[in-house]
Amino acid sequence: MRYIPNSPEERAGMLAEIGLSEPAELFRSIPADLRLNRPLSIIGPLAETEVLSEMNAMAGRNTAVTKPSFLGGGVYAHYSPTIVDHLIQRSEFFTSYTPYQPEISQGTLQYIFEFQTLICQLTGMEVANASMYDGSTAMAEAYLMAQRVTQRNKIIVADSVHPQYRQVAETYTQHGDAEIFTARHNPKSGRLEEITGLDSETAAVVVQSPNFFGCIEDLAKISEAAHSAGAMLIVVVTEALSLGILKPPGAFGADIVVGEGQSFGIPMSFGGPHVGLFATQEKFIRQMPGRLCGIAYDKSGRRGFVLTLSTREQHIRREKATSNICTNQGLIALAATIYMETLGRKGLREVAGRNLQNAAFAIERISAIEGYSIPHKSPTFNEFVVRGPRPAAEILETLRLEFGILGGIALSDFYPDRPNDFLVCTTELNTRSQIESLGAALHQIS
Amino acid sequence: MPNIPENLRYSKDHEWVEVNGDIATIGITDYAQSSLGDVVYVDLPRAGDKFDAHEAFGSVESVKAVSEVFTPVGGQVTEVNEGLNDAPETVNTDPYGSAWFIKLKMDNPGEADGLLSAEEYEEYLSSME
Repeated sequence: MRYIPNSPEERAGMLAEIGLSEPAELFRSIPADLRLNRPLSIIGPLAETEVLSEMNAMAGRNTAVTKPSFLGGGVYAHYSPTIVDHLIQRSEFFTSYTPYQPEISQGTLQYIFEFQTLICQLTGMEVANASMYDGSTAMAEAYLMAQRVTQRNKIIVADSVHPQYRQVAETYTQHGDAEIFTARHNPKSGRLEEITGLDSETAAVVVQSPNFFGCIEDLAKISEAAHSAGAMLIVVVTEALSLGILKPPGAFGADIVVGEGQSFGIPMSFGGPHVGLFATQEKFIRQMPGRLCGIAYDKSGRRGFVLTLSTREQHIRREKATSNICTNQGLIALAATIYMETLGRKGLREVAGRNLQNAAFAIERISAIEGYSIPHKSPTFNEFVVRGPRPAAEILETLRLEFGILGGIALSDFYPDRPNDFLVCTTELNTRSQIESLGAALHQIS
Repeated sequence: MPNIPENLRYSKDHEWVEVNGDIATIGITDYAQSSLGDVVYVDLPRAGDKFDAHEAFGSVESVKAVSEVFTPVGGQVTEVNEGLNDAPETVNTDPYGSAWFIKLKMDNPGEADGLLSAEEYEEYLSSME
Protein backbone atom coordinates (compact mmCIF):
# COMPACT_ATOMS: atom_id res chain seq x y z
CA MET A 1 0.00 0.00 0.00
CA ARG A 2 1.29 3.47 -0.81
CA TYR A 3 0.60 6.47 1.34
CA ILE A 4 1.23 9.24 -1.18
CA PRO A 5 -1.97 11.27 -0.98
CA ASN A 6 -1.91 12.83 -4.44
CA SER A 7 -2.40 11.14 -7.80
CA PRO A 8 0.21 11.00 -10.61
CA GLU A 9 -1.92 13.54 -12.52
CA GLU A 10 -1.95 15.94 -9.57
CA ARG A 11 1.81 15.63 -9.20
CA ALA A 12 2.34 16.29 -12.92
CA GLY A 13 0.07 19.31 -12.58
CA MET A 14 2.05 20.70 -9.65
CA LEU A 15 5.36 20.20 -11.46
CA ALA A 16 4.00 21.88 -14.60
CA GLU A 17 2.82 24.81 -12.48
CA ILE A 18 6.40 25.52 -11.34
CA GLY A 19 7.93 24.66 -14.71
CA LEU A 20 9.51 21.28 -13.94
CA SER A 21 9.03 17.92 -15.60
CA GLU A 22 10.53 15.45 -13.11
CA PRO A 23 10.31 15.34 -9.29
CA ALA A 24 14.09 14.74 -9.31
CA GLU A 25 14.53 18.30 -10.57
CA LEU A 26 13.30 19.51 -7.17
CA PHE A 27 16.64 18.35 -5.79
CA ARG A 28 18.86 20.00 -8.37
CA SER A 29 20.24 22.45 -5.79
CA ILE A 30 22.03 19.49 -4.16
CA PRO A 31 25.42 19.06 -5.85
CA ALA A 32 25.46 16.04 -8.18
CA ASP A 33 28.31 14.32 -6.35
CA LEU A 34 26.27 14.31 -3.14
CA ARG A 35 23.26 12.61 -4.74
CA LEU A 36 22.86 8.85 -4.52
CA ASN A 37 21.67 8.35 -8.13
CA ARG A 38 20.69 4.74 -7.52
CA PRO A 39 17.98 2.99 -5.54
CA LEU A 40 18.75 2.30 -1.86
CA SER A 41 20.07 -1.22 -1.41
CA ILE A 42 17.38 -2.69 0.78
CA ILE A 43 17.05 -6.45 1.03
CA GLY A 44 13.79 -8.02 -0.12
CA PRO A 45 10.86 -9.04 2.02
CA LEU A 46 11.64 -11.29 5.01
CA ALA A 47 9.59 -13.34 7.44
CA GLU A 48 9.24 -11.93 10.96
CA THR A 49 11.70 -14.49 12.38
CA GLU A 50 14.20 -13.56 9.68
CA VAL A 51 13.80 -9.86 10.46
CA LEU A 52 14.45 -10.52 14.16
CA SER A 53 17.51 -12.55 13.37
CA GLU A 54 18.81 -9.85 11.00
CA MET A 55 18.24 -7.13 13.62
CA ASN A 56 19.90 -9.20 16.35
CA ALA A 57 22.94 -9.67 14.13
CA MET A 58 23.09 -5.91 13.54
CA ALA A 59 22.72 -5.18 17.27
CA GLY A 60 25.50 -7.69 17.96
CA ARG A 61 27.89 -5.55 15.95
CA ASN A 62 27.48 -2.78 18.57
CA THR A 63 30.34 -3.97 20.74
CA ALA A 64 30.52 -0.65 22.57
CA VAL A 65 27.86 -1.86 24.97
CA THR A 66 29.60 -5.12 25.84
CA LYS A 67 33.28 -4.10 26.03
CA PRO A 68 34.66 -2.43 29.16
CA SER A 69 34.37 1.26 28.27
CA PHE A 70 36.18 4.29 29.61
CA LEU A 71 34.59 6.68 27.12
CA GLY A 72 33.22 9.96 28.40
CA GLY A 73 33.69 13.36 26.83
CA GLY A 74 30.11 14.57 27.07
CA VAL A 75 28.13 11.32 26.94
CA TYR A 76 28.33 9.02 29.95
CA ALA A 77 27.50 5.41 30.73
CA HIS A 78 25.45 5.44 33.91
CA TYR A 79 23.00 2.99 35.38
CA SER A 80 19.36 3.85 34.78
CA PRO A 81 16.95 2.15 37.20
CA THR A 82 14.27 0.12 35.40
CA ILE A 83 11.56 2.32 36.87
CA VAL A 84 12.63 5.14 34.53
CA ASP A 85 11.98 3.21 31.34
CA HIS A 86 8.86 1.64 32.77
CA LEU A 87 7.19 4.89 33.82
CA ILE A 88 7.97 6.90 30.70
CA GLN A 89 6.24 4.22 28.64
CA ARG A 90 2.91 4.80 30.33
CA SER A 91 0.37 5.96 27.80
CA GLU A 92 -0.33 9.20 29.72
CA PHE A 93 3.11 10.36 28.69
CA PHE A 94 3.00 9.29 25.05
CA THR A 95 2.59 12.81 23.79
CA SER A 96 5.69 14.43 25.12
CA TYR A 97 5.10 17.70 23.30
CA THR A 98 4.33 20.55 25.67
CA PRO A 99 0.75 21.15 24.61
CA TYR A 100 -0.46 24.39 23.04
CA GLN A 101 -3.47 24.37 25.31
CA PRO A 102 -1.17 23.49 28.16
CA GLU A 103 -3.31 23.82 31.27
CA ILE A 104 -5.48 20.88 30.27
CA SER A 105 -2.41 18.64 30.76
CA GLN A 106 -1.81 19.11 34.46
CA GLY A 107 0.28 15.93 34.74
CA THR A 108 2.69 17.09 32.04
CA LEU A 109 2.99 20.53 33.60
CA GLN A 110 3.51 19.05 37.04
CA TYR A 111 6.50 16.97 36.00
CA ILE A 112 7.94 19.93 34.10
CA PHE A 113 7.59 22.00 37.28
CA GLU A 114 9.32 19.24 39.25
CA PHE A 115 12.08 19.03 36.61
CA GLN A 116 12.66 22.79 36.87
CA THR A 117 12.70 22.63 40.65
CA LEU A 118 15.27 19.82 40.68
CA ILE A 119 17.52 21.59 38.17
CA CYS A 120 17.38 24.74 40.32
CA GLN A 121 18.33 22.75 43.41
CA LEU A 122 21.21 21.02 41.66
CA THR A 123 22.64 24.10 39.96
CA GLY A 124 22.00 26.48 42.85
CA MET A 125 20.08 28.82 40.54
CA GLU A 126 16.72 30.56 40.98
CA VAL A 127 14.95 29.65 37.74
CA ALA A 128 15.25 26.77 35.28
CA ASN A 129 13.27 26.26 32.10
CA ALA A 130 11.38 23.20 30.88
CA SER A 131 14.56 21.99 29.07
CA MET A 132 16.42 22.58 25.83
CA TYR A 133 17.37 20.23 22.99
CA ASP A 134 20.80 19.34 24.40
CA GLY A 135 23.77 20.80 26.22
CA SER A 136 25.46 22.35 23.22
CA THR A 137 22.42 24.21 21.89
CA ALA A 138 21.65 25.32 25.45
CA MET A 139 25.14 26.84 25.54
CA ALA A 140 24.49 28.64 22.25
CA GLU A 141 21.24 30.04 23.67
CA ALA A 142 23.18 31.24 26.71
CA TYR A 143 25.48 33.24 24.40
CA LEU A 144 22.42 34.91 22.85
CA MET A 145 20.84 35.57 26.23
CA ALA A 146 24.02 37.18 27.55
CA GLN A 147 24.04 39.46 24.51
CA ARG A 148 20.44 40.49 25.19
CA VAL A 149 21.05 41.14 28.88
CA THR A 150 24.33 43.04 28.59
CA GLN A 151 23.76 44.62 25.17
CA ARG A 152 27.32 43.56 24.41
CA ASN A 153 28.41 41.07 21.76
CA LYS A 154 31.78 39.73 22.80
CA ILE A 155 31.75 36.17 24.12
CA ILE A 156 34.92 34.71 25.64
CA VAL A 157 34.83 30.95 25.79
CA ALA A 158 37.53 28.85 27.43
CA ASP A 159 39.13 26.29 25.12
CA SER A 160 38.63 23.79 27.96
CA VAL A 161 34.91 23.86 27.07
CA HIS A 162 33.89 20.79 25.04
CA PRO A 163 35.20 21.44 21.50
CA GLN A 164 32.01 20.15 19.88
CA TYR A 165 29.87 22.39 22.08
CA ARG A 166 31.94 25.33 20.89
CA GLN A 167 31.45 24.28 17.27
CA VAL A 168 27.69 23.98 17.70
CA ALA A 169 27.49 27.37 19.41
CA GLU A 170 29.48 28.97 16.58
CA THR A 171 27.19 27.47 13.97
CA TYR A 172 24.09 28.47 15.94
CA THR A 173 25.17 32.07 16.40
CA GLN A 174 27.00 32.67 13.10
CA HIS A 175 24.37 34.96 11.58
CA GLY A 176 23.97 37.12 14.67
CA ASP A 177 26.16 39.80 16.19
CA ALA A 178 28.17 37.56 18.53
CA GLU A 179 31.94 37.89 18.35
CA ILE A 180 33.40 34.75 19.83
CA PHE A 181 36.91 34.70 21.29
CA THR A 182 38.71 31.72 22.77
CA ALA A 183 40.75 31.90 25.96
CA ARG A 184 43.49 29.28 26.29
CA HIS A 185 43.62 26.99 29.29
CA ASN A 186 46.80 26.57 31.27
CA PRO A 187 48.42 23.31 30.09
CA LYS A 188 49.87 22.59 33.56
CA SER A 189 46.70 22.92 35.57
CA GLY A 190 44.30 22.01 32.77
CA ARG A 191 42.15 24.96 33.81
CA LEU A 192 41.38 28.48 32.68
CA GLU A 193 43.79 30.64 34.68
CA GLU A 194 43.74 33.85 32.70
CA ILE A 195 40.78 35.24 30.76
CA THR A 196 42.58 36.72 27.77
CA GLY A 197 40.67 39.56 26.15
CA LEU A 198 38.26 40.21 29.02
CA ASP A 199 37.18 43.84 28.86
CA SER A 200 34.21 46.19 29.22
CA GLU A 201 32.84 45.01 25.86
CA THR A 202 32.55 41.41 27.05
CA ALA A 203 29.03 40.02 27.35
CA ALA A 204 29.99 36.71 28.91
CA VAL A 205 32.78 34.43 30.02
CA VAL A 206 31.99 30.80 29.30
CA VAL A 207 33.57 27.95 31.24
CA GLN A 208 32.78 24.31 31.67
CA SER A 209 33.22 22.59 35.03
CA PRO A 210 34.30 19.85 35.28
CA ASN A 211 35.85 20.91 31.97
CA PHE A 212 36.57 18.83 28.88
CA PHE A 213 39.77 17.54 30.54
CA GLY A 214 37.79 16.56 33.60
CA CYS A 215 39.32 19.34 35.71
CA ILE A 216 37.14 21.29 38.10
CA GLU A 217 37.55 24.97 37.21
CA ASP A 218 38.24 27.65 39.81
CA LEU A 219 34.79 29.18 39.42
CA ALA A 220 35.17 31.63 42.30
CA LYS A 221 38.13 33.29 40.60
CA ILE A 222 36.60 33.30 37.12
CA SER A 223 33.30 34.63 38.48
CA GLU A 224 35.00 37.54 40.19
CA ALA A 225 37.02 38.44 37.09
CA ALA A 226 33.98 38.23 34.78
CA HIS A 227 31.78 40.30 37.06
CA SER A 228 34.39 42.97 37.64
CA ALA A 229 34.30 43.58 33.87
CA GLY A 230 30.49 43.69 33.91
CA ALA A 231 30.32 40.41 32.00
CA MET A 232 28.05 37.49 32.80
CA LEU A 233 29.39 34.13 33.89
CA ILE A 234 28.04 31.17 31.93
CA VAL A 235 28.87 27.80 33.45
CA VAL A 236 28.51 24.71 31.28
CA VAL A 237 28.05 21.26 32.82
CA THR A 238 28.37 18.26 30.49
CA GLU A 239 28.45 15.70 33.31
CA ALA A 240 25.28 16.51 35.25
CA LEU A 241 26.00 13.83 37.83
CA SER A 242 28.89 15.97 39.12
CA LEU A 243 26.19 18.31 40.50
CA GLY A 244 25.38 15.54 42.99
CA ILE A 245 28.62 16.16 44.84
CA LEU A 246 30.22 19.44 43.74
CA LYS A 247 29.38 22.88 45.06
CA PRO A 248 26.72 24.21 42.64
CA PRO A 249 27.70 26.87 40.06
CA GLY A 250 25.07 29.20 41.52
CA ALA A 251 27.08 29.35 44.74
CA PHE A 252 29.92 30.96 42.77
CA GLY A 253 27.66 33.62 41.28
CA ALA A 254 27.00 32.02 37.90
CA ASP A 255 24.50 34.08 35.91
CA ILE A 256 23.52 31.27 33.57
CA VAL A 257 24.08 27.55 34.04
CA VAL A 258 23.60 25.31 31.01
CA GLY A 259 24.27 21.66 30.64
CA GLU A 260 23.51 18.23 29.38
CA GLY A 261 21.16 16.04 31.40
CA GLN A 262 21.98 12.72 29.71
CA SER A 263 23.64 11.38 32.83
CA PHE A 264 20.26 11.36 34.58
CA GLY A 265 19.01 8.00 33.38
CA ILE A 266 19.13 8.69 29.64
CA PRO A 267 20.70 6.06 27.35
CA MET A 268 23.77 7.11 25.37
CA SER A 269 21.91 6.21 22.13
CA PHE A 270 24.70 7.19 19.75
CA GLY A 271 24.54 10.78 20.98
CA GLY A 272 20.83 11.55 21.34
CA PRO A 273 18.09 12.38 21.97
CA HIS A 274 19.38 13.90 25.18
CA VAL A 275 18.16 16.88 27.17
CA GLY A 276 19.55 20.39 27.63
CA LEU A 277 19.48 22.14 30.99
CA PHE A 278 19.11 25.90 31.30
CA ALA A 279 19.01 27.84 34.55
CA THR A 280 19.49 31.47 35.46
CA GLN A 281 18.79 34.10 38.12
CA GLU A 282 15.29 35.47 38.47
CA LYS A 283 16.27 39.00 37.48
CA PHE A 284 17.15 37.75 33.98
CA ILE A 285 14.01 35.66 33.56
CA ARG A 286 12.48 37.73 30.77
CA GLN A 287 15.53 37.21 28.62
CA MET A 288 15.54 33.46 29.16
CA PRO A 289 14.71 31.19 26.21
CA GLY A 290 12.31 28.28 26.32
CA ARG A 291 9.17 27.27 28.13
CA LEU A 292 8.62 27.89 31.78
CA CYS A 293 6.10 26.19 33.98
CA GLY A 294 4.74 27.95 37.05
CA ILE A 295 2.45 27.21 39.93
CA ALA A 296 -0.80 29.11 40.39
CA TYR A 297 -3.84 29.02 42.66
CA ASP A 298 -7.43 29.45 41.62
CA LYS A 299 -9.92 31.60 43.54
CA SER A 300 -10.72 28.72 45.88
CA GLY A 301 -7.04 28.31 46.66
CA ARG A 302 -6.57 25.10 44.70
CA ARG A 303 -3.15 24.50 43.22
CA GLY A 304 -2.62 24.27 39.48
CA PHE A 305 0.28 24.36 37.05
CA VAL A 306 0.45 26.85 34.19
CA LEU A 307 2.85 27.86 31.47
CA THR A 308 4.08 31.25 32.53
CA LEU A 309 5.85 34.22 30.93
CA SER A 310 4.90 32.86 27.52
CA THR A 311 5.15 36.39 26.21
CA ARG A 312 8.86 35.71 25.67
CA GLU A 313 8.04 32.90 23.30
CA GLN A 314 7.71 32.79 19.55
CA HIS A 315 4.06 31.81 19.33
CA ILE A 316 3.28 35.16 20.96
CA ARG A 317 6.21 37.48 20.28
CA ARG A 318 6.98 36.13 16.82
CA GLU A 319 10.31 37.55 15.57
CA LYS A 320 10.87 39.43 18.85
CA ALA A 321 10.83 36.23 20.91
CA THR A 322 13.85 35.46 23.07
CA SER A 323 14.44 32.29 21.06
CA ASN A 324 12.91 30.23 18.30
CA ILE A 325 12.94 27.16 20.53
CA CYS A 326 9.27 26.31 20.83
CA THR A 327 9.11 22.86 22.30
CA ASN A 328 11.52 21.07 24.56
CA GLN A 329 12.73 17.55 25.25
CA GLY A 330 9.59 16.63 27.13
CA LEU A 331 9.94 12.87 27.29
CA ILE A 332 13.67 12.95 28.07
CA ALA A 333 13.12 15.62 30.72
CA LEU A 334 10.50 13.33 32.22
CA ALA A 335 13.00 10.44 32.27
CA ALA A 336 15.58 12.68 33.94
CA THR A 337 12.97 13.81 36.49
CA ILE A 338 12.07 10.22 37.37
CA TYR A 339 15.77 9.36 37.65
CA MET A 340 16.50 12.27 39.98
CA GLU A 341 13.44 11.60 42.12
CA THR A 342 14.20 7.89 42.32
CA LEU A 343 17.73 8.47 43.55
CA GLY A 344 16.98 11.52 45.66
CA ARG A 345 19.57 13.87 47.09
CA LYS A 346 21.32 11.11 49.00
CA GLY A 347 21.29 8.63 46.13
CA LEU A 348 22.70 11.14 43.65
CA ARG A 349 25.45 11.96 46.08
CA GLU A 350 26.23 8.27 46.55
CA VAL A 351 26.41 7.56 42.82
CA ALA A 352 28.53 10.66 42.27
CA GLY A 353 30.77 9.54 45.12
CA ARG A 354 31.26 6.16 43.51
CA ASN A 355 32.26 7.83 40.24
CA LEU A 356 34.77 9.94 42.10
CA GLN A 357 36.21 6.93 43.94
CA ASN A 358 36.55 4.88 40.78
CA ALA A 359 38.35 7.74 39.07
CA ALA A 360 40.68 8.15 42.06
CA PHE A 361 41.46 4.44 41.94
CA ALA A 362 42.09 4.58 38.18
CA ILE A 363 44.34 7.65 38.54
CA GLU A 364 46.35 5.84 41.21
CA ARG A 365 46.71 2.72 39.05
CA ILE A 366 47.56 4.45 35.79
CA SER A 367 49.96 7.02 37.19
CA ALA A 368 52.02 4.18 38.71
CA ILE A 369 52.63 2.66 35.25
CA GLU A 370 56.02 3.29 33.67
CA GLY A 371 55.67 5.85 30.85
CA TYR A 372 52.19 7.07 31.88
CA SER A 373 51.40 10.21 33.81
CA ILE A 374 48.55 12.54 34.77
CA PRO A 375 49.55 15.90 33.25
CA HIS A 376 47.04 18.18 35.01
CA LYS A 377 47.42 19.22 38.61
CA SER A 378 43.80 20.04 39.39
CA PRO A 379 40.97 18.26 41.16
CA THR A 380 38.79 16.10 38.92
CA PHE A 381 35.45 14.29 39.14
CA ASN A 382 35.03 11.13 37.04
CA GLU A 383 37.23 12.04 34.07
CA PHE A 384 40.91 12.80 33.72
CA VAL A 385 43.63 13.11 31.11
CA VAL A 386 46.36 10.49 30.81
CA ARG A 387 49.65 11.18 29.01
CA GLY A 388 51.05 8.08 27.35
CA PRO A 389 54.47 7.10 26.05
CA ARG A 390 53.36 7.29 22.41
CA PRO A 391 50.52 8.73 20.30
CA ALA A 392 47.25 8.28 22.13
CA ALA A 393 45.44 7.15 18.99
CA GLU A 394 47.83 4.19 18.74
CA ILE A 395 47.48 3.28 22.42
CA LEU A 396 43.68 3.37 22.20
CA GLU A 397 43.65 1.27 19.04
CA THR A 398 45.84 -1.39 20.65
CA LEU A 399 43.60 -1.39 23.73
CA ARG A 400 40.54 -1.91 21.55
CA LEU A 401 41.91 -4.51 19.15
CA GLU A 402 44.19 -6.54 21.42
CA PHE A 403 42.56 -6.14 24.82
CA GLY A 404 38.93 -5.50 23.94
CA ILE A 405 38.87 -2.30 26.01
CA LEU A 406 37.49 1.08 24.91
CA GLY A 407 40.17 3.07 26.67
CA GLY A 408 39.09 6.66 26.11
CA ILE A 409 39.19 9.59 23.70
CA ALA A 410 42.39 10.83 22.03
CA LEU A 411 42.76 14.56 22.67
CA SER A 412 44.64 14.96 19.39
CA ASP A 413 41.26 14.84 17.63
CA PHE A 414 40.55 18.26 19.14
CA TYR A 415 43.93 19.57 20.37
CA PRO A 416 46.62 18.72 17.77
CA ASP A 417 49.38 19.91 20.13
CA ARG A 418 48.58 17.10 22.57
CA PRO A 419 49.37 13.91 20.60
CA ASN A 420 49.99 11.58 23.56
CA ASP A 421 47.07 12.63 25.76
CA PHE A 422 43.78 10.81 26.12
CA LEU A 423 40.68 11.31 28.19
CA VAL A 424 39.63 8.48 30.51
CA CYS A 425 36.27 8.32 32.26
CA THR A 426 35.13 5.97 35.00
CA THR A 427 31.54 5.79 36.19
CA GLU A 428 29.76 3.64 38.74
CA LEU A 429 29.45 1.02 35.99
CA ASN A 430 33.19 0.45 35.77
CA THR A 431 34.12 -2.36 38.13
CA ARG A 432 37.35 -2.51 40.04
CA SER A 433 38.46 -5.45 37.90
CA GLN A 434 37.79 -3.47 34.70
CA ILE A 435 40.00 -0.68 35.98
CA GLU A 436 42.67 -3.19 36.93
CA SER A 437 42.46 -4.71 33.44
CA LEU A 438 42.90 -1.28 31.90
CA GLY A 439 45.97 -0.71 34.05
CA ALA A 440 47.40 -4.12 33.17
CA ALA A 441 46.83 -3.53 29.46
CA LEU A 442 48.46 -0.08 29.52
CA HIS A 443 51.39 -1.65 31.34
CA GLN A 444 51.95 -3.81 28.28
CA ILE A 445 51.65 -0.91 25.82
CA SER A 446 54.79 1.12 26.26
CA MET B 1 -13.87 59.10 30.11
CA PRO B 2 -10.08 58.79 30.16
CA ASN B 3 -7.98 61.55 31.59
CA ILE B 4 -6.31 63.67 28.85
CA PRO B 5 -4.14 66.49 30.30
CA GLU B 6 -4.24 69.75 28.31
CA ASN B 7 -0.51 70.42 28.38
CA LEU B 8 0.59 67.25 26.54
CA ARG B 9 0.78 66.11 22.93
CA TYR B 10 -0.57 62.75 21.80
CA SER B 11 -0.03 60.12 19.12
CA LYS B 12 -2.60 57.84 17.49
CA ASP B 13 -0.64 54.93 19.01
CA HIS B 14 -1.72 56.28 22.44
CA GLU B 15 1.59 57.68 23.62
CA TRP B 16 1.83 61.11 25.23
CA VAL B 17 4.70 63.56 24.80
CA GLU B 18 5.71 66.38 27.08
CA VAL B 19 8.03 68.82 25.34
CA ASN B 20 10.63 70.76 27.28
CA GLY B 21 13.07 72.54 24.95
CA ASP B 22 14.51 69.78 22.77
CA ILE B 23 13.73 67.05 25.32
CA ALA B 24 10.58 64.96 24.89
CA THR B 25 9.25 62.89 27.80
CA ILE B 26 7.21 59.95 26.54
CA GLY B 27 4.69 57.65 28.19
CA ILE B 28 1.42 55.90 27.43
CA THR B 29 -1.99 57.47 27.88
CA ASP B 30 -4.66 56.76 30.46
CA TYR B 31 -6.75 55.25 27.67
CA ALA B 32 -3.85 52.92 26.74
CA GLN B 33 -3.27 51.72 30.29
CA SER B 34 -6.95 51.05 30.91
CA SER B 35 -7.21 49.09 27.63
CA LEU B 36 -4.16 47.02 28.50
CA GLY B 37 -5.27 46.08 31.98
CA ASP B 38 -2.86 45.37 34.82
CA VAL B 39 0.67 46.10 33.63
CA VAL B 40 3.21 43.57 34.89
CA TYR B 41 6.35 44.53 32.99
CA VAL B 42 7.76 47.34 30.90
CA ASP B 43 10.66 46.67 28.57
CA LEU B 44 12.62 49.85 27.91
CA PRO B 45 15.60 50.77 25.70
CA ARG B 46 18.93 52.05 27.04
CA ALA B 47 20.16 55.60 27.29
CA GLY B 48 22.03 56.40 24.08
CA ASP B 49 19.76 54.33 21.79
CA LYS B 50 18.47 56.21 18.76
CA PHE B 51 15.01 55.92 17.26
CA ASP B 52 13.23 57.36 14.25
CA ALA B 53 9.71 58.63 14.72
CA HIS B 54 7.10 55.84 14.84
CA GLU B 55 9.70 53.20 15.68
CA ALA B 56 9.07 50.62 18.43
CA PHE B 57 11.27 51.51 21.41
CA GLY B 58 9.98 49.02 23.95
CA SER B 59 6.98 47.04 25.06
CA VAL B 60 4.38 46.93 27.77
CA GLU B 61 3.28 43.59 29.09
CA SER B 62 -0.05 43.30 30.83
CA VAL B 63 -1.91 40.28 32.09
CA LYS B 64 -3.69 40.31 28.71
CA ALA B 65 -1.03 40.97 26.10
CA VAL B 66 2.29 42.41 25.10
CA SER B 67 2.08 45.66 23.17
CA GLU B 68 4.85 47.62 21.56
CA VAL B 69 5.30 51.28 22.30
CA PHE B 70 6.38 53.69 19.59
CA THR B 71 8.32 56.94 19.52
CA PRO B 72 5.98 59.72 18.38
CA VAL B 73 9.12 61.77 17.53
CA GLY B 74 12.65 60.77 16.53
CA GLY B 75 15.76 61.26 18.65
CA GLN B 76 18.24 59.82 21.10
CA VAL B 77 17.29 58.40 24.48
CA THR B 78 18.80 60.45 27.32
CA GLU B 79 17.12 58.75 30.25
CA VAL B 80 14.86 55.77 30.94
CA ASN B 81 12.55 55.35 33.92
CA GLU B 82 14.29 52.59 35.87
CA GLY B 83 11.57 52.85 38.51
CA LEU B 84 9.21 50.93 36.21
CA ASN B 85 11.30 47.78 36.70
CA ASP B 86 10.23 47.55 40.31
CA ALA B 87 6.83 49.17 40.05
CA PRO B 88 5.27 48.48 36.63
CA GLU B 89 1.82 48.92 38.20
CA THR B 90 2.38 52.68 38.34
CA VAL B 91 1.64 52.65 34.59
CA ASN B 92 -1.94 51.95 35.66
CA THR B 93 -2.08 54.32 38.61
CA ASP B 94 -0.06 57.31 37.41
CA PRO B 95 0.38 57.11 33.61
CA TYR B 96 1.15 60.82 33.15
CA GLY B 97 3.37 61.20 36.20
CA SER B 98 5.74 58.73 37.82
CA ALA B 99 5.16 56.20 35.02
CA TRP B 100 6.85 58.12 32.20
CA PHE B 101 8.87 55.73 29.99
CA ILE B 102 11.76 57.59 28.39
CA LYS B 103 13.24 61.01 27.79
CA LEU B 104 14.38 61.67 24.25
CA LYS B 105 16.59 64.41 22.83
CA MET B 106 14.65 65.24 19.69
CA ASP B 107 16.41 65.38 16.32
CA ASN B 108 13.87 67.92 15.20
CA PRO B 109 12.10 69.67 18.11
CA GLY B 110 9.47 71.01 15.68
CA GLU B 111 8.30 67.46 15.06
CA ALA B 112 6.18 67.44 18.23
CA ASP B 113 4.01 70.25 16.81
CA GLY B 114 2.63 67.74 14.30
CA LEU B 115 1.20 65.57 17.09
CA LEU B 116 -2.38 65.69 18.35
CA SER B 117 -3.47 68.24 20.92
CA ALA B 118 -5.50 67.09 23.92
CA GLU B 119 -8.67 68.13 22.15
CA GLU B 120 -7.73 66.33 18.93
CA TYR B 121 -6.79 63.20 20.84
CA GLU B 122 -10.12 63.24 22.64
CA GLU B 123 -11.90 63.54 19.28
CA TYR B 124 -9.76 60.71 17.94
CA LEU B 125 -10.79 58.50 20.87
CA SER B 126 -14.47 59.22 20.39
CA SER B 127 -14.15 58.53 16.65
CA MET B 128 -12.79 55.07 17.51
CA GLU B 129 -15.88 54.05 19.46
